[in-house]
Amino acid sequence: MDLNYTKEEIAFREQVSEFVRTHLPGDVSRKVLEHRRLGKDDYVRWQKILFEKGWIAAGWPVEYGGTAWTPIQRYIFEEECAAAGAPRITPFGLYMVGPVIIAFGSEWQKKHYLPRIRSSEDWWCQGYSEPGSGSDLASLKTRAERQGDHYIVNGQKTWNTHGQWADMCFCLVRTSSEGKKQEGISFLLIDMHSPGVTVRPIITLEGEHEVNEIWFENVKVPAQNLVGDEGRGWTYAKFLLSHERTGIAGVGHSKRELRYLKHIASQEWSGGKPLIEDPLFRDRVAQVEIDLMALEITNLRVAAADRDGKAPGPEASILKIKGTEIQQDLTELMMEAVGPYALPHLPMAWGDHWIGAHVGPDYAAPLAARYFNYRKTSIYGGSNEIQRNIIAQMVLGL
Amino acid sequence: MDFSLTEEQQMLKDSVQRFLEKNCSFENRRRMLAERMPMNAQLWEGLASLGVLGVPFSPDHGGFGGGGVETMLVMEALGRHLSLEPYLATVILAGGCVDLGGADWQKKILIPKIIDGSMLLAFAHAEPNARFELGHVETRAVRDGTNFVLEGEKTLVLHGQVAEKFIVSARTSGKIGDAHGVTLFIVEADEENLGGQEYPLFDGMRALDLQIGGVKVGPESVIGTLDAAMPLIEAVADRAMAALCAEAVGVMDALHAATVEYLKTRQQFGQPIGRFQALQHRAVDMLIHLEQARSMAVLAASRMDSQNVPERRKGIAAAKEMIGRAGRFVGQQAIQLHGGMGMTDELNVSHYFKRLTAIDILFGNAAYQRQRFATMDDNQPAAHLRAPRKSWVKI
Repeated sequence: MDLNYTKEEIAFREQVSEFVRTHLPGDVSRKVLEHRRLGKDDYVRWQKILFEKGWIAAGWPVEYGGTAWTPIQRYIFEEECAAAGAPRITPFGLYMVGPVIIAFGSEWQKKHYLPRIRSSEDWWCQGYSEPGSGSDLASLKTRAERQGDHYIVNGQKTWNTHGQWADMCFCLVRTSSEGKKQEGISFLLIDMHSPGVTVRPIITLEGEHEVNEIWFENVKVPAQNLVGDEGRGWTYAKFLLSHERTGIAGVGHSKRELRYLKHIASQEWSGGKPLIEDPLFRDRVAQVEIDLMALEITNLRVAAADRDGKAPGPEASILKIKGTEIQQDLTELMMEAVGPYALPHLPMAWGDHWIGAHVGPDYAAPLAARYFNYRKTSIYGGSNEIQRNIIAQMVLGL
Repeated sequence: MDFSLTEEQQMLKDSVQRFLEKNCSFENRRRMLAERMPMNAQLWEGLASLGVLGVPFSPDHGGFGGGGVETMLVMEALGRHLSLEPYLATVILAGGCVDLGGADWQKKILIPKIIDGSMLLAFAHAEPNARFELGHVETRAVRDGTNFVLEGEKTLVLHGQVAEKFIVSARTSGKIGDAHGVTLFIVEADEENLGGQEYPLFDGMRALDLQIGGVKVGPESVIGTLDAAMPLIEAVADRAMAALCAEAVGVMDALHAATVEYLKTRQQFGQPIGRFQALQHRAVDMLIHLEQARSMAVLAASRMDSQNVPERRKGIAAAKEMIGRAGRFVGQQAIQLHGGMGMTDELNVSHYFKRLTAIDILFGNAAYQRQRFATMDDNQPAAHLRAPRKSWVKI
């Protein structure tokens, strides 16, 4: 048992850190670190830089452009990118549909879509949830009827993150109503520019446009866009869930946010001294810091098992639940740290080029919005309640 | 980054587990509690012949040469079986003082006897006014020629009642709270001017309060350097906390498994109660706490012998905090999920819960550890897994 990084891993960290420091555009990192609003271009710019470097598809098999990094190296990479303020790599193409196409797609799909995912030429969104199908995703109703060499798709998807920027959508659609509901689901790749596709914004509680509804009205989708076999979509979707998930805890990201929290709490004053010295506040910060320390080690245990080709232990299942709770704790503490100055709602002030007045310290402006926005993390990706159901059944056998 | 055990470690783990399963049953515990036994001499002999008492000591003295991981494996097994034996008191605490601070001639005399089970030692450091503060020592050792006369009160001396000798901390200079000026002494338990009361702790372990009314000891009884014992005491306390973290994981692991088993077998409303979602979620939350605690016990084991003292102290404080907090949740919820049966003394569940509660208190509870942790440095994030970092934000 040895919790130290190897010499090679330390050298790798230096290499990543150096690259990120010199190649991450300063205007982008500033936005990320200061919790400012990111546009599509901010994500794409960084992803293209990683693509040029050959570091974009870290988890993919080497023959498809992957880096052959170990899970520990992928963890280090995530940490260094987060520390420097790199935008999160949008997962839908690189970490979701990409691996599905690699595992189950046709040669044509691999040849056509994979390079465009890696180069960020296509922006992907996910078409899973529907108004009537959230946690009970298998009950989904969006239909795809085979007509000659096309499918005709009708239905509605919801909660599509960044659907407003998307070129492609990977969709779970119902191709059959016979048998068990899971057995009638297929995995279809839909061009978002097709006639009949309508994207409508959903404004979330903090006032931002991040998610959407998508309507499909008689959308013609070429049959060659079906991934694998009809009726196997549910299997492919589940594959995604068991696929490398060590990034799901967001440890590197939370470590950075914790540093930022301490920074804010050192600037804020309460009772004649910096808030970070207030015993009650300090106690809560210490608790989340210790939770995060433990989660990092739990995460590394999972990564090490993955590296060694071992089956994940029960600790793997807690990463999403605990990771998102810590993320939420951090947004909550940051909002609390600025006291009354969490209240002003000035969305312009967390845009990129705001040079107007602030109400309170400039770092306070986005904090309530982030607290509100992060309530989503315990809901998406399989709600934390569903996660507990799954763990109870699959891990504890209850 | 390796979390696996070597073959040797796995063998140690298995052999301790097998031995305790056979010899450290819940019936054994009942009997010991009923008869107010501070230890089971046969069990101790068995541990000795297995080499378990020698795990942390150098092969030069007949030990196993183990480090933090080996100690963790032993302690986890002891926790799983709710051992009442003086492993912490004799091997980790007093043995740690001798091992880390003793002169060669002292080690040669004492350590082999600890290892073969023939000598029991206890660590007399805590004092009535100290609460959790390790550095608060009022007991004094006044020079008398080349000798010292010790005067003061020690409390909560774990397994003090079976000890042949005490390792006693006393102030040889400076004032209460000074980092400098504390010295460790070996004191024979049969000294005339030593008085005490022995008592049980709520988890079944037993301890001693010691009144030291002018006990004279020679210069050869000093362990380590005069006036400079605090770093040694802190190192030993860190070892003890790491050991307790591992023990707690063993307790939590057994408790969680027992709870899940109960959920599968206990029937109400015509079905196993484990089918009810509220209880499923509770069992999962227990698992989350358990796995987080396990991760921190691993960290503590790896930090225990670190040469980087601030990193060691911080990692172990964090681990002790997590263990206290997680142990409280797992213990409370185990009782809850066992319903009325969880409330009985008869069932082992409450015994596990009480041991977890005691572990939290020993050497400072979770709240105390959070305070220690948060004030240890200039609020930089723990460097337990160090990453070189450039300046990261310009506002």
